[in-house]
Amino acid sequence: MGKPLTTKRAVSMNSIPTCTRNVVVGLESGLHLTPSSQIVQLAQKFSSEFLIRKGDKVADGKSMLDLMQLAAEHGETLQLEARGDDADQVIAAILSLFERNFNLDQPG
Amino acid sequence: MELNRGIAVAPGVAIGSALVLGSEDFRIPQRFVRIDAVDSEIARFRAALTAAVAEITGHEALASSRLGQQYGAIFAAHKQLAQDPKLLKEIEDLIRQKCHSPEFASSRVLRQYARTLQNLGDRYFAERATDLFDLEKRILRHLLGERREELMQLTAPVVVLAHNLTPSETANLDTKYVLGFATEVGGKSSHTAILAGALELPAVVGVGSFLSEVSGGETIIIDGNQGLVIIGPDEETLNRYHAEEVKMKSAAVHLRSLGPLESVTRDGVPIHLYGNIEFPNEVEHCTQRGAAGIGLYRTEFLYLESDQEPTEEVQYAAYCEVVRAFAGKPVVIRTLDLGAEKFPQSMQEVIEATPNPTLGLRSLRLTLQNLPLFKTQLRAILRSAVLGDVRVMFPLVSTLLELRQAKMILADVIDDLEEQGATFNGKVQVGMMVEVPSAALMADEFAREVDFFSIGTNDLIQYTLAVDRANPAVANLYSSADPSIFRMIRMVLSAAEKHEVAVSVCGQMSSDPIYTPLLVGMGLRELSVTPQAIPEVKQVVRSLTVPQAQEIAEHAQTLEVARDVENYLRGELKKLCPDLV
Repeated sequence: MGKPLTTKRAVSMNSIPTCTRNVVVGLESGLHLTPSSQIVQLAQKFSSEFLIRKGDKVADGKSMLDLMQLAAEHGETLQLEARGDDADQVIAAILSLFERNFNLDQPG
Repeated sequence: MELNRGIAVAPGVAIGSALVLGSEDFRIPQRFVRIDAVDSEIARFRAALTAAVAEITGHEALASSRLGQQYGAIFAAHKQLAQDPKLLKEIEDLIRQKCHSPEFASSRVLRQYARTLQNLGDRYFAERATDLFDLEKRILRHLLGERREELMQLTAPVVVLAHNLTPSETANLDTKYVLGFATEVGGKSSHTAILAGALELPAVVGVGSFLSEVSGGETIIIDGNQGLVIIGPDEETLNRYHAEEVKMKSAAVHLRSLGPLESVTRDGVPIHLYGNIEFPNEVEHCTQRGAAGIGLYRTEFLYLESDQEPTEEVQYAAYCEVVRAFAGKPVVIRTLDLGAEKFPQSMQEVIEATPNPTLGLRSLRLTLQNLPLFKTQLRAILRSAVLGDVRVMFPLVSTLLELRQAKMILADVIDDLEEQGATFNGKVQVGMMVEVPSAALMADEFAREVDFFSIGTNDLIQYTLAVDRANPAVANLYSSADPSIFRMIRMVLSAAEKHEVAVSVCGQMSSDPIYTPLLVGMGLRELSVTPQAIPEVKQVVRSLTVPQAQEIAEHAQTLEVARDVENYLRGELKKLCPDLV
């Protein structure tokens, strides 16, 4: 399960809505190909810029290649960051994906 | 002269010049393009990418419908990778700013990313580099053209040498020009091997790595009897094989002359010999050799010919062609037995990533999860059944529940056809393959619910001995002569006898004449064999008496290890038919 750890809400100086949340990778084998693809697919539906940070690495959340390079493993904390009019919605949608563990759990 | 040993899968000798389809590496013809060609090169790159994405989309649909969502999702991810804006920008930048060719630019960018993944240190992510290599290959293939087109454009006779041929590639070989083939991978019972037999092409598989030693055009001998691939033979070898070629042709003529003769033992007991076929045009191979019908009509090819599912009408037409040719004689149609190994080449790598594909979603399990696909096939079969004695057979049944489910769906289809006023025959015999040990162990219960059994030895051996027949490292453990297999067969036979259910053996064991006396001796009266084996098996039948066969079977069953059994049976065959050994 991905658990949101902390919540930060901020309005940046030039007042573009920004939303940042932390999440822990709950997937056994990390953020691998299929979940990355789900993130990208979802993020692309929103107009906001969407980044995922792990330590000092930053990945464009709308790029498969970037997410793969991030190599986020089980138990690692990621920072989700969105900037744009629908920043809150992107973060909510992506968080929910983490919370459902990308629908990859065994049924039952 | 270089001699390579492999597994002989289709008999005969082929001598010709090599057509090598081996390496998966593409040669990138040029690194740079002219500055005024940049725009058209970018257009060419985009077109190739669009084609690659369309191809992946096709695989996604195919995998989802045949294997389930989770497999489709893998291709969905590949598709997204191929459309990654970052990737496209980097490649196009290289073309535009450095005048790199699209081939070079794609390869460079993707390989760079793959290397980074490989260096991450995590095993799982390092393996994902293969996904990037796969994409690189796919894009290059669309930029450079389909390599395998070479196979479609033959104008002179060749011997095909490849790392692997998929079943559909094998099936599409132009037998006018292809004299034979050899592959680095594959096993005796792989689908490709079965198809080679069907096409009557000498073939050797599982040779191991040898392609790097061959150059295109070199003279090659494929010895499909001994399992040899000879590269650049010396004159003496060449002469010897030319002589053998002539001898084999005359032997084939002799065996074919047995065609019209009856298949009865010397003491007058008929042994019905049926043909195993995959393509409607193989019917001729069976009728020429006097087959009593079709004991196993494999229907996978219909599904492999294209990436789309065959419509009911396409299937109906194929079934009718076979049923008509055998007017009145039994034609056993086996429902889709698609396993992981029978998917198109471009999907293989992904499918193989599933642990234990042979224990996974395949065959009847797959059709029971894809009811529209299953029902379409059953409709076509029942409609063709008005033309003759069609029987339905379910593959890979492992529990009674599965059999009952399959039969229930068949009943549903009959109801539907009735309601729609279609012309069909709902009173067909229904049988099952016995190829999972659980089915053999429960044969007594199964016998109450089917009209016939067909023992599929290939899978039965694989599952009983826990040996992957396509894995060269353990292939030597795979043997039809293992005593455990005889016990399985015995259980099925006694259940069949008790409940008066017909039973036959299909699978490669029944096509090998050394097992004919044993099988007849154990009590089998129906054998379903590859059409090419009918004359040989018939010759053994005609030189046997039933008591003689029983004696051989009894003795064989006292032996404890496969090697002794095989030696014993070979010796007995030599006594009966010296020219067959």
